[in-house]
Amino acid sequence: MSENFEPKIVAIFCYWCTSQAAELAGTSRMTYPPNVRIVKTMCTGRVDPQFILWAFRNGADGVIVSGCHPPNDCHYEDGNFKWFRKYVLLSRTLEQAGIDPKRLRQEWISASEADKLKKVLTEFTEEIRQLGPLNHTIREGGV
Amino acid sequence: METRIGVYICHCGTNIAGKVNVDEVREYASHLKNVVVARNYMFMCSEPGQEMIIKDIKEYGLNRIVVAACTETLHGHTFREVAKKGGLNPYLVQMVSIREFDSWVTEDKVEATEKAKSLIRAGVYRVNYHTPVETTTYPVDSNVLIVGAGIAGITAALVLADAGKHVYLVERQGFIGGNMAKFDKTFPTLDCASCILTPKMSAVKNNPNITLFTYSEVEKIDGFVGNFDVTIRKKPRYVREDLCIGCLSCIENCVYKEPRFMSEFDEGIGKRKPVYVSFPQAIPLVPVIDPETCIQFRTGKCVQTCLKGCPTKAIDFSMKEEIVKVKVGAVIAATGFKVFDATRDTKYGFGRYPNIYTTIQMERMLNSAGPTGGEIRLQDGSIPKEVAIINCVGSRNENFNAYCSRVCCMIGLKHAHMLRDSIGANVTIFYTDIRANGKGYEEFYRKVMLEGVNFVRGEVASIIPSENNRLTIVFEDTLLSRVRKKDVDMVILNVGLEPHDDWEDVRKVLNLTCTKEGWLMEKHPKLAPVTSLSDGRFIAGAAQFPKDIPDTVAQAEAAAAEAMSLIDRGFVESEPNVIRIDEERCSGCRMCISVCPFSAITYNEEKNIAEVNTGLCKGCGACAAVCPSKAISQNNFTDEELYAEIMGVLRE
Repeated sequence: MSENFEPKIVAIFCYWCTSQAAELAGTSRMTYPPNVRIVKTMCTGRVDPQFILWAFRNGADGVIVSGCHPPNDCHYEDGNFKWFRKYVLLSRTLEQAGIDPKRLRQEWISASEADKLKKVLTEFTEEIRQLGPLNHTIREGGV
Repeated sequence: METRIGVYICHCGTNIAGKVNVDEVREYASHLKNVVVARNYMFMCSEPGQEMIIKDIKEYGLNRIVVAACTETLHGHTFREVAKKGGLNPYLVQMVSIREFDSWVTEDKVEATEKAKSLIRAGVYRVNYHTPVETTTYPVDSNVLIVGAGIAGITAALVLADAGKHVYLVERQGFIGGNMAKFDKTFPTLDCASCILTPKMSAVKNNPNITLFTYSEVEKIDGFVGNFDVTIRKKPRYVREDLCIGCLSCIENCVYKEPRFMSEFDEGIGKRKPVYVSFPQAIPLVPVIDPETCIQFRTGKCVQTCLKGCPTKAIDFSMKEEIVKVKVGAVIAATGFKVFDATRDTKYGFGRYPNIYTTIQMERMLNSAGPTGGEIRLQDGSIPKEVAIINCVGSRNENFNAYCSRVCCMIGLKHAHMLRDSIGANVTIFYTDIRANGKGYEEFYRKVMLEGVNFVRGEVASIIPSENNRLTIVFEDTLLSRVRKKDVDMVILNVGLEPHDDWEDVRKVLNLTCTKEGWLMEKHPKLAPVTSLSDGRFIAGAAQFPKDIPDTVAQAEAAAAEAMSLIDRGFVESEPNVIRIDEERCSGCRMCISVCPFSAITYNEEKNIAEVNTGLCKGCGACAAVCPSKAISQNNFTDEELYAEIMGVLRE
């Protein structure tokens, strides 16, 4: 593993909870590794497992998905559960596909938990750094 | 049509430009595919910044805009309006956060610049796939629901009612007035709390534009901004409001000749009967019967002297819970606070030793309408000569609440003044820092100091009983760095403010966000302090964070103004992020129907397809994620847009 390896991490956050936590981390001037790139959806229920596969295929070394705390924090009633079901299945599929399931992390971070966000993102970046690059072949072709 | 993108990079003063090399980023962005023009500017949200974009749209024939600045939450609306002014569909704009998600959270300048490039690249890739989104408008109901009838809820209700809006004011206690009704005097002016509150309470009762629901709770709020359906649960008070004339003879005639049950309103230092009003000027002046203590409810064999003594036969033991449904356009949450339970910090001996009171108990004791008629007495009936006031109980303490409760220092000063004034007691205030930062507050602090109140900067270690029913305070004098002791007759614990125990339930019912302590969260701490993250729901008073009465009233008036601004505009835009179903691709499998939490999708048997009611769709996108034939796409979050964005953050 290269000493200078900087992992690429895609963070898919729901608008109502974890994106707001990320905004709060900003306004609170907390710092976390710049490796994390945030992509927002309105709800984690919108997250299609293919988004994660697409991220790995395009060079992500780790993907984190985070939404509102179960059972009742979801702005859309239970989108977080809908995602969670897919997550469990997807983790197993990743393993079968030869991708360490540790590269996909699932969290619940509420709008006020900027400190948790910082901790999780710092920790996850470090974990992925230890795991090393995914080196997944990038297939050519656009969207 | 050719895609022509304009990229606008904001410096945000030095907030972004101090970390991100904006010139380098602009240069980078200008070479991205389909980017026609890329600019950076000091404040993109300012008038010249907005004008620059509008001018470019026309000059360069732009049809997509990427703004790299703060966040969608803060300025998404601003730049959508800019696009609109430039003649573009507002949803052809993509906001990229290079402030909250980059410059503010990244230490290294080079890394921050690289991150900005990748985020902007993702925004540019994404915006290529944006399509115009058309929204419709809905009318706004002009009624307002206000939850909580303390000084915040009362103020907001009166402002709205005076402007001709109809207000449903819901209070879970039997009587309105909240915590302020318990107070004796208010700092720093020392006007009596009742004298300034009770006229407002009676105005609430008499205003035809206010429907008051006491002893009631909001059960559920359905619908959306401008069109909420509210379900209110009215608990039975066993005295009919339509018949009761407020003579209180039921209380007088109760089989219990003396009050013998702990009065919640008097914070445990006074007693009440099973049938009671909080205080003689209570609104509504209709007693509540507590089934836990009433003999009729406990045994079914009471002689019912209350009913016999009632001239209008308003007592009704068979009263049942009632469900009321109302329609409103806006909601104001003014649910208030509770005080810190001093038994949690055992070093103070509260609840174990006599003559230790909390500030709110002291308010009741000082109040001439309170249980002691305003007399300050020790439990043996004598007048205390030496009183200690201990500040920061439960506040500024990592073990309990790290925050400062803001009002306690001033309450302590007020009590010190009043105790010297009324009984000539020698008062010592144990403080951490005195915080007197309001209009006239510092002057009041000085006045109390000059009156001869002692101030000890000290950390109390313990309070233990000593001889002659006195109490010994063991403390560290933090100015002398020495442990000292002081004997006093009475201790007042200046307890901090906390969210209600059931804040999580309240938050869920009202669909609001809270801080980790449980305070209601505002949309922006400075620019949107009374607006919540949920459209059409506003917040006021100490439910947001501890605040004194002037701040609470100001915030309540602001929340009323926000609600009025929504109502008087008269319409709201429909949810833009709704889904579309492509009839050609839909196989009629109905997976979408099973995941939709809002029953917005129905099955058309004849055509064997799913159909969406966009009026019900709230735009979560759960259906789009499960549709096996990719027939469903969510506005502003299509698969193409998200794939492009994910690819953009990862690679060129």
